[in-house]
Amino acid sequence: MILVLVDHDRGELDPLSLRALTAARKLSNDIHAVVIGNDGAALSAICGEYGASILHVAQHPEITDYTPAASGRALAQLANSLKPEAVLAAGSPRGNEQLAHLATILDLPMAAECSEITLGDPHSVVRARWAANLMEQALVHSGLLIATVLAFAVEAEASPVAITVSNVDVLLEPIDLRVRILGRGGEAAKSGASLTDAKVIVSGGRGVGGPEAFSLLEELAALLDGAVGCSRVVTSSGWRPHAEQVGQTGTKVAPDLYIAAGISGAMQHIAGCKNSKTIVVINTDPEAPILAYADYAIIGDLHKVLPALTQAIKATKG
Amino acid sequence: MDILVCLKRVPLAGSTFLLTPDSRDINTDFLGFGISPHEENAVEAGVQLVEQMGGTLTLLTLGPTDAEEQLRTQLAIGATRGILLETEGEDWDPQATAAALVEAINAEETKFDLILFGAESADSAGYQIHIRVAHALSRPIVTNVKTMKIENGIAQCERAVGSVRELYETTLPAVITVRDGLNIPRYPSVPGRIQARKKPIEHKKPEPRVPKLEKVSLSVSPSNSTGAQILGTGVEAVPALVDVLRTIGVLA
Ligand SMILES: Cc1cc2nc3c(=O)[nH]c(=O)nc-3n(C[C@H](O)[C@H](O)[C@H](O)COP(=O)(O)OP(=O)(O)OC[C@H]3O[C@@H](n4cnc5c(N)ncnc54)[C@H](O)[C@@H]3O)c2cc1C
Ligand SMILES: Nc1ncnc2c1ncn2[C@@H]1O[C@H](COP(=O)(O)O)[C@@H](O)[C@H]1O
Repeated sequence: MILVLVDHDRGELDPLSLRALTAARKLSNDIHAVVIGNDGAALSAICGEYGASILHVAQHPEITDYTPAASGRALAQLANSLKPEAVLAAGSPRGNEQLAHLATILDLPMAAECSEITLGDPHSVVRARWAANLMEQALVHSGLLIATVLAFAVEAEASPVAITVSNVDVLLEPIDLRVRILGRGGEAAKSGASLTDAKVIVSGGRGVGGPEAFSLLEELAALLDGAVGCSRVVTSSGWRPHAEQVGQTGTKVAPDLYIAAGISGAMQHIAGCKNSKTIVVINTDPEAPILAYADYAIIGDLHKVLPALTQAIKATKG
Repeated sequence: MDILVCLKRVPLAGSTFLLTPDSRDINTDFLGFGISPHEENAVEAGVQLVEQMGGTLTLLTLGPTDAEEQLRTQLAIGATRGILLETEGEDWDPQATAAALVEAINAEETKFDLILFGAESADSAGYQIHIRVAHALSRPIVTNVKTMKIENGIAQCERAVGSVRELYETTLPAVITVRDGLNIPRYPSVPGRIQARKKPIEHKKPEPRVPKLEKVSLSVSPSNSTGAQILGTGVEAVPALVDVLRTIGVLA
């Protein structure tokens, strides 16, 4: 049996968990899902639709919100009683974190962000390194395999089965509740979301030259109902807020159109924008690495090309 | 306040990777080395806290002898001292790394009020060493922190995961992992670099362990990109780009 952590935020499903359920079905026909906290009970129908025959609802009066250490304890309790061959979760920050607590409590290895999993003795996995620019073939020496599934390695596929719900009372240690959520919200969410929701992103790098010239990008972005993004050089120079940084350590985006102006195309930047439908580059350097990932390019100075583009678009809009 | 930052020496890879002939490692012949951005933010946060409240900032790394270079650079921006747990150069798996870090932390006379980590390492991205260390020290841990305020022995942290911003509170001593964006790390100054040469770095040799997560080989992910179509040079190419924007439906 494979136990899959189905992650949710106050009852709202993390869709990546459906990919983890799909990945689990490639390893076994016997799939159990687990949700942490009562709010997750609402997800039984969707877990059944994606192939889980039992949904374990791990409950405790103090688990009312995201408490990763408590999740780890709950998963350890279930792993000890159900004896699955593997515990899987989505390779999201939350999935990685909760399974790391589980692995620590059981003193077992954990393989994060796997694109391939083969059960055995030892288990064998392929996992992402360097923002998935490199893949590592690795062996996992443990009875129970604890692994997370690389976000985009598997497409979610339904495979409906009848599902039953089993409530489990979790025994927690005091330390599991030492870190508590006091509140949530607001501005940071908004600025991050504007990038992830935008259909058009006009992104600037070191080539923009300073904070002032970002007005050129803002104007074009506004004209296309888009958002402004940037590279890490720009945020670490203090030209733009970090919420606008695209890349491995910034936000991962997938707009219809990504315009990269004055960005060289380091793989850590590409990691954040490669899922864009169309990438257009404006760069003075015809050899810039970003050209390899782009669909279209203009070789030229962004300080001239961007205003001309803005003018031309205004003209078409009349 | 006494603070510890755990950091890792990693190659500064640019736009492509070359592997060693046995495919077990990155060919670093033409690469410089640094630490992961998240860890730069952790050191900067530690330096700022010590500037405000006094105390010490210790750096701890497990890695090759050459990792002294990364310790010196971070000592130059204001850390007090470094501890280098020397390996023969090979990567240690997360459990072995965490065990060695814990042993070194427990051997210290200083009981660190705050232990800072990066959210994940740039190269191996195991997402776990900090959690293992926190459990072994029986300390609470908050991860992925983007804003941090420490007052009267309490850490208030904000983390942004997906589009939700969450506010956490925990009492010290605690472990906190931080993300790029927490602050803007400063560059080492020339006087800072000169001082750093005299700051103490303690070398230790931890016992290696048999890896439970055993790296076999690396491969470079295939890129399915075919390369850009060049629309032209300078402003003359703008009409062609407007046509593209129409074709892809961004312009009506
Ligand atoms: C672990 C790790 C994580 C990282 N995470 C991120 C991340 O999340 N996001 C990120 O962006 N980076 C990240 N980086 C940094 C990354 O490696 C690069 O340093 C960074 O992306 C480079 O930014 P840039 O392209 O703006 O600058 P540069 O590499 O300096 O490129 C500037 C480009 O502008 C062009 N140019 C100059 N003048 C003009 C002009 N007038 N008109 C047009 N073009 C011009 C140049 O030809 C050049 O191609 C990370 C690094 C590491 C090690
Ligand atoms: N070799 C090491 N020495 C010291 N700290 C490390 C080492 N490897 C990882 N870390 C710390 O643990 C964090 C998480 O690493 P990882 O679990 O590999 O993603 C990193 O950001 C560092 O702060």
